[in-house]
Amino acid sequence: MNAQPTEIATYNFAYLDEQTKRMIRRAILKGIAIPGYQVPFASREMPMPYGWGTGGVQVTASIIGPDDVLKVIDQGADDTTNAVSIRAFFKKVANVAVTTETAAATIIQTRHRIPEHPLTARQVLVFQVPIPEPLRFLEPRETETRKMHALEEYGLMHVKLYEDIARHGRIATTYAYPVKVEGRYVMDPSPTPKFDNPKMHRSPALQLFGAGREKRIYAVPPFTDVVSLDFEDHPFEVQTFDQPCALCAAENVYLDEVILDDHGGHMFVCSDTDHCEKRRADPTSPLWGGRAEGAGGGSLATPPTTPTPALRADPPRKGEGKEAE
Amino acid sequence: MTDEPLLRVSALSKFYGSRVGCENVSFDLWPGEVLAVVGESGSGKTTLLNCLSTRLLPSSGTASYRMRDGQWRELYRMSEAERRFLMRTDWGFVHQNPADGLRMTVSAGANVGERLMAVGDRHYGRIRATAVDWLSRVEIDEDRIDDEPRAFSGGMRQRLQIARNLVTGPRLVFMDEPTGGLDVSVQARLLDLLRGLVTDLGLAAIVVTHDLAVARLLSQRMMVMKDGRVVESGLTDRVLDDPRAPYTQLLVSSILQV
Repeated sequence: MNAQPTEIATYNFAYLDEQTKRMIRRAILKGIAIPGYQVPFASREMPMPYGWGTGGVQVTASIIGPDDVLKVIDQGADDTTNAVSIRAFFKKVANVAVTTETAAATIIQTRHRIPEHPLTARQVLVFQVPIPEPLRFLEPRETETRKMHALEEYGLMHVKLYEDIARHGRIATTYAYPVKVEGRYVMDPSPTPKFDNPKMHRSPALQLFGAGREKRIYAVPPFTDVVSLDFEDHPFEVQTFDQPCALCAAENVYLDEVILDDHGGHMFVCSDTDHCEKRRADPTSPLWGGRAEGAGGGSLATPPTTPTPALRADPPRKGEGKEAE
Repeated sequence: MTDEPLLRVSALSKFYGSRVGCENVSFDLWPGEVLAVVGESGSGKTTLLNCLSTRLLPSSGTASYRMRDGQWRELYRMSEAERRFLMRTDWGFVHQNPADGLRMTVSAGANVGERLMAVGDRHYGRIRATAVDWLSRVEIDEDRIDDEPRAFSGGMRQRLQIARNLVTGPRLVFMDEPTGGLDVSVQARLLDLLRGLVTDLGLAAIVVTHDLAVARLLSQRMMVMKDGRVVESGLTDRVLDDPRAPYTQLLVSSILQV
């Protein structure tokens, strides 16, 4: 499937017209100037439905240049429908290089994950945001939430966390976990797992957030404080996993549960496919089963009641998790 | 207690276009004093209450409030941020319909704790202990703390609303028909509770009601309004036992006797 330049001759570079890109860039600059503040912008119709990343695509289209290398991930994976089609879209309308390799990308558009590989100051992370307003489910009126942001009235955000503790004994919010940016604005970090919240704190990469349906753009400039809200006696903590990735044996990464069959077989694998594949491709990286100290020899720490024969019998193959999904 | 008033209202008027909401209302309110505003519906008492609580801006007139540091501030010249801060710390507002004053989708404990969190308390255990304490003070069982107000009866909701307002130790509470829509036995208990709380905490309150019995029970002083104007004011017992204005006489003689 080669790019067919003639087919896109009628489109401007990166799909959006130049005036629209200027408008979005202005919104982005304002967002960077006021970290965490939601800047309204005139969101355009994109050739994809709302909820599929129209906001992120518009931000990417406005900042991408011919020399950029684009990576798109969806829930950490490079090979899901959303990621593949957005990557193909920009390959076609901007004729840019695309990659699945985190370290090689200059722009990473993401839905709901921050890559495990540390980002650098040369990279921009673009988030797709469904609901930019962290106070929305507590206060439905937009006029009121804007006033609350303006007056820094954030008591209500803690009401949500209070409810969590009252109901579950701990803060049960696991994604879209509210953060305070540079000591001022409370921001929804988009539905990333709270596991990724600490990665936003003082990240060297610029982080941009686009919400297409809600028509808002916000930003976290490099090296900005991003602090997750919590209580003194219930401090913020990230998810922990009691077993490493079943494919690459990585620890301290975010894992997805993959169902293998109809008999309760399942495995936990890296949600970041690039990270997982890199580790398995590199012979010096510890492969699964090789980590005697971490995983307790060859036996995985799966619950005894749910044996995973498929997992034990077959050596892992590339893409196995995805096939099972 | 000082000999200075808490609130000074002078020539307050509110017009809705050419219609009068309330006109030329002046009074002083002292700390710990309960003032009842009575009158028939449409007499402007709720408009007056909304102006005083800065939920509405009046067309003319002034109202000054003595802050905790003893400074006098003019309410309608304060910034919105200051007014809202006052509203959730030093003031309370009890709505007639508890659904207007409560968050119906969060638990009773969170409803009470919201003001504490809004003023910066970030210790869950402390917030919860305070909520438990306040629920017991308004006679709500501790085991209802994690229930949503939707599961509460009308009387319980009203008591919860009162607890939510009083948790930050306000000095002035506005009440709009606090017992409206409750049956008589529940009303009696609520009035009893309110009277106790007001005395114990030394609250100043402005209570809007059309129920003269509520005014008699709760307030020391009352104002009678008709068509947006104050027709009579004075000590509650004096006004009710010896009404002077013809309209007050009519109002007092209209009370149903059982």
